[in-house]
Amino acid sequence: MNSAPDGLSVEKVHVWRGDRHVLKGVSLHLRPHQLLHVSGPNGAGKTTLLRVLCGLLRPEEGAVAWRGLPILKSRTDYHASLAYSSHDPALKGDLTSLENLRYSVGLRRHLSNEELRANLSKTGVGDCADLPARVLSAGQRRRVAMARILASDAALWLLDEPFTNLDAAGTELLSLLLAEHVRAGGLAVVVAHQEIRLSGDVHRLELAA
Amino acid sequence: MTVGAWAAMSLIVRRELCLSFRRPGQVLQPLVFFLIVTTLFPLSLSPQLSLLRDMAPGVLWVAALLSSLLSLDSLFKSDADDGTLEQLAICGQELSLIVIAKAAAHWLVSGAALVVISPLVGVALGIPTSAFATMMLSLALGTLTLSWLGAIGAGLTVGLRRGNVLLSLIVLPLAMPLLIFGANATDRAIGGTSPAGPLYFLAALCVFTCTLAPFAATAALRITLE
Repeated sequence: MNSAPDGLSVEKVHVWRGDRHVLKGVSLHLRPHQLLHVSGPNGAGKTTLLRVLCGLLRPEEGAVAWRGLPILKSRTDYHASLAYSSHDPALKGDLTSLENLRYSVGLRRHLSNEELRANLSKTGVGDCADLPARVLSAGQRRRVAMARILASDAALWLLDEPFTNLDAAGTELLSLLLAEHVRAGGLAVVVAHQEIRLSGDVHRLELAA
Repeated sequence: MTVGAWAAMSLIVRRELCLSFRRPGQVLQPLVFFLIVTTLFPLSLSPQLSLLRDMAPGVLWVAALLSSLLSLDSLFKSDADDGTLEQLAICGQELSLIVIAKAAAHWLVSGAALVVISPLVGVALGIPTSAFATMMLSLALGTLTLSWLGAIGAGLTVGLRRGNVLLSLIVLPLAMPLLIFGANATDRAIGGTSPAGPLYFLAALCVFTCTLAPFAATAALRITLE
C-alpha cells in the first residue's frame, strides 16, 4: 500500500511498556470515507494504539502521519482535526452536560448553547443538558461524550470502545452516526469487541496479544 | 471558525473558577488552615506584642507556604482522574496556554484569596497597619511564584498515587528564597525600614518563574501523560 497523503498513515509503530512489547510493528492507512475497526483480546494494545494515534504517546519506533505530515511536528493542527473518546467518558461530574460540552468543544470552535443542546438532543440526552454529569447513568454519560465528538466537527474520530454501556437503541444510533460521518468524508478508528455493521467502507485490524 | 488563544485561555479560567465554586470546600480549606495556624501562635505563646511582632513575618510566611501546598495537589489531579486532562491535551490549543490558564485560575482562588484575608492574620499577630501594604504585596508576589513552582511539581507528580508528599518535597526546597525574602520584607516593614530590597528580589523571582515555569510545567505534564 502506498502512503495516503489525504488521510492517516501509520508505519511500523513499535511501543514498549516497560519490558512488554505492546505494539509490534503496526502499519495502517486510512483515507476519507473509511472506517477502521480495531479488535483483539484484552491487553493486545488497542488503547495504546489509539493513544499513539492521538499523539499522546510517542512510539519508540515508527511514524504516524496525518495528511502527509508527521503528527508530532504539527501536533496542534492535528489535534484540531481529531476527536478522541477514551474509555471513560471524560466528563466533569460537577459540571452539567451542557457546561461539559461548552468547556471542551468551546476550545475548538464557537458554538451557541442552542447548537450544543441540539447535539445533546441528537444523541438522546437533550433532557439531561442541565443535570450535573455525576447524576447521569453510565450510558447517558457515554451519550454526552458522543455529543462532544459530534459537536467538535472533527474529520478524524478515534473511539475507544464507544459501545460500552450503551443500550440497543444507543448502539444503533452510534452505528448510524458513524455511517453518516464516514459518508460525509470523515475517517474513524473504532476499537470495539462487537461487530460494527454499517454500509460504508469498513476495514479491519486484528491485534494479537 | 477556530478559537483564538485568548478566548481559549479565558474559557479555561472560567471553567476552573466554575469548578472551584461548585466545590467551595476545596477553596476554603487552605484558607481556613492559614487562619487557624497563624492564630494558634498568639494563643500558644505569650500575647506580648513585642514578641508576636518579632515572630509574625516567619509565622505568616510559613503558614502561607504550607496552605498553598495544600491546594497545589488538586491543580491537575482531578482532571487527570476523570480523563478530562487528556481531552485538554488534545483540544487543538497549545498545551502551554492551557497550563498558564489553569495556573492563573489556581492562583486566583488560592493565592489571591490568601492575600485578601492576610490583614486578618496581620491583626492577630500584631503587625502594625502601616506594614499591611508590604505584607500583602510580598504575599501576592510569593504566592504567584509558588503557584508556578507548584505547577511544575504537580505536572510531575500527577500520575503518582501518593504524589502530594513528593510534591511537597519538590516544591518546598525551591520555595526557600521566597520564604527568606518574603519574611524579610515583612520584617523590615514592621520595623519601619524600607522593604524595597527584598521586594525587588521577590519580584525578580516572580518574573523568572512566570516566564520559564509554563514551559517546564508543560513538558512535565506531557511526560506524565505518556
